[in-house]
Amino acid sequence: MKWLTAERLRLLVPALSLVVLLAAVFYLQPRTMSYTGLNLLFNLAVPIALATIAQMLIMTVNDLDLSMGTFVSFVACVTATFLQTDPLTGALILVGCIAVYAGLGVIIHLRNLPSIVVTLGMSFVWSGLAVLLLPAPGGVAPDWIRWLMTSKPPLVPMAIVASVLIAVIAHFLVMRSAFGVVIRGVGGNERSVARAGWSVVRARAATYALAGFFAVLSGICLVGLTTSADANIALRYTLLSIAGVILGGGEFVGGRVSPIGAVIGALTLTLAASFLSFLKIPPDWQIGAQGAILIIVLALRLILNRRESVEKAK
Amino acid sequence: MKKALVLSTLAVLLASSTALADTSGKRIALSNNYAGNSWRQAMLESWAKVTGPAAEQGIVAAADAFTTAENQATEQAAQIQNLILQGYDAIVLNAASPTALNGAVKEACDAGIVVVSFDGIVTEPCAYRIAVDFAAMGKAEVDYLKEALPEGGKLLEIRGLAGVFVDDEISKGIHEGVAENPQFEIVGSVHGDWAQDVAQKAVAGILPSLPSDIVGVVTQGGDGYGAAQAFAAAGRPTPLIIMGNRQDELAWWKEQKDASGYKTMSVSIAPGVSTLAFWVAQQILDGQKVPQDLVVPFLRIDQDNLEASLESTPAGGVANVEYSLEDAKKVIAEAM
Repeated sequence: MKWLTAERLRLLVPALSLVVLLAAVFYLQPRTMSYTGLNLLFNLAVPIALATIAQMLIMTVNDLDLSMGTFVSFVACVTATFLQTDPLTGALILVGCIAVYAGLGVIIHLRNLPSIVVTLGMSFVWSGLAVLLLPAPGGVAPDWIRWLMTSKPPLVPMAIVASVLIAVIAHFLVMRSAFGVVIRGVGGNERSVARAGWSVVRARAATYALAGFFAVLSGICLVGLTTSADANIALRYTLLSIAGVILGGGEFVGGRVSPIGAVIGALTLTLAASFLSFLKIPPDWQIGAQGAILIIVLALRLILNRRESVEKAK
Repeated sequence: MKKALVLSTLAVLLASSTALADTSGKRIALSNNYAGNSWRQAMLESWAKVTGPAAEQGIVAAADAFTTAENQATEQAAQIQNLILQGYDAIVLNAASPTALNGAVKEACDAGIVVVSFDGIVTEPCAYRIAVDFAAMGKAEVDYLKEALPEGGKLLEIRGLAGVFVDDEISKGIHEGVAENPQFEIVGSVHGDWAQDVAQKAVAGILPSLPSDIVGVVTQGGDGYGAAQAFAAAGRPTPLIIMGNRQDELAWWKEQKDASGYKTMSVSIAPGVSTLAFWVAQQILDGQKVPQDLVVPFLRIDQDNLEASLESTPAGGVANVEYSLEDAKKVIAEAM
């Protein structure tokens, strides 16, 4: 069992649950076993995966972002309005958003504020701005993003290509780069990172900025799929992104995260909803059933983790 | 078994004067974003009541209802994509957002699926829309007042939930009507959020600042009973309050009518509009030419049909009517 390192084990459970769910969906609805089928099954998971990566970055430094859903909604509104009519202004606003995220990281670090409180406050700011921008649902997606999200690459559908791409890029950023080691260090042991000569405030600011960047991508992709925006379009992303990270093997504290797992977690959550819909479970039970799937996967992980620590103790 | 089959085929043929059998293999799905109030519950009940027998008679193969667990556009978009994968021939849609589902609706159209949106309509051009002309509803209220109160007077307006499109539209219609009839003047406006308790509080709050000769209250539905209670609590004479088809409003109206001959009217959209959308979808699948935009008729209750409407409305519910294939054909013909 030497190949079964802690990192791989962390990935094994979410990957297995995805495979089992996918097999069940294929069995229930053979139509999904096609190019278009897979694309329809997973294309709405792409923005969720991006938001999950953003949330994972924040969780890497032991923080939590409760404004993820409203921020993605705001970005969606900007994309469907400014980015379409006046690309330069739109891009500037989005860059400004990323700067605000970096600023949040600095404030949270310097004033030693709980991130939950700051981001909860920011969620009202984002949602207010979104309503100001689009008081009634509307706007038009820029042609290029619409083209990108509906493109049909050969052999493998766009949704799968995009998911793999997101997972690989995030993996290299967080698990393989020097920057990744520092931010995971901030989550694991902030003091030792500081003693080693790294600027923790800079690391936190960069993490938040990067999270902001992924969240901006999420909003843009979402509009590419929906064709237009709504100030409340992505409110569910806050909880979905947190659930995705945890489902994918991440933890709330300690800088223990898994980018590939996070993407798998996002896909699993999307698939779980389709699975329940194909089973024709009444809607009143669906939230509960979705929760049950989450609990089963998490329980499995806990059992495996325990076995692992027992083996280590030997 | 064979006999039963022949008989049922015969029954279908008899029941359908037009080429209904063409849709006997078609499956229609209802995609609904919310089920948390009496209007939506009645909507789902009407759907089951009409589509169940339709499926049994073989007019369509199936008509299943799906409701998203949470009222969110992204979730409903995923639901629509799942319905595409399940191979439905038509999707009848009450949308969480007029625009955020357009991508999923386009996917459905591209897959050759007929999409009919109603109540919560979508703007995607390939979808059919059964829209409510809310402005006309607001105007109908003023038209009634014009006849009931020929000498005119001061009006109080109760609006709905601020920032919602429906509220803006109904209010726009009311104000247009008042502008055309200068004998009326709106002297106050409050938000009742389409809920009796909120409306009662809001009206009680504004009453002291209003002149005592209010002759009428224009409303948006779900707020008439609350307004009446507020007037009674303030010890003021009850003006003519337009009602909104809720059972408590109709019951109060009946009480007043029996006691003092109180006169008013009640207007709203019947939750059974889901069944109208069902028949429209069936007609499109049947190959009939249907315009992309249709308008729902209002359900209006007047002095003479109050008793009948009240009797058929469950306590805590809203007056309802289920539409038939003939109704759908009439609506389609009117829009041509």
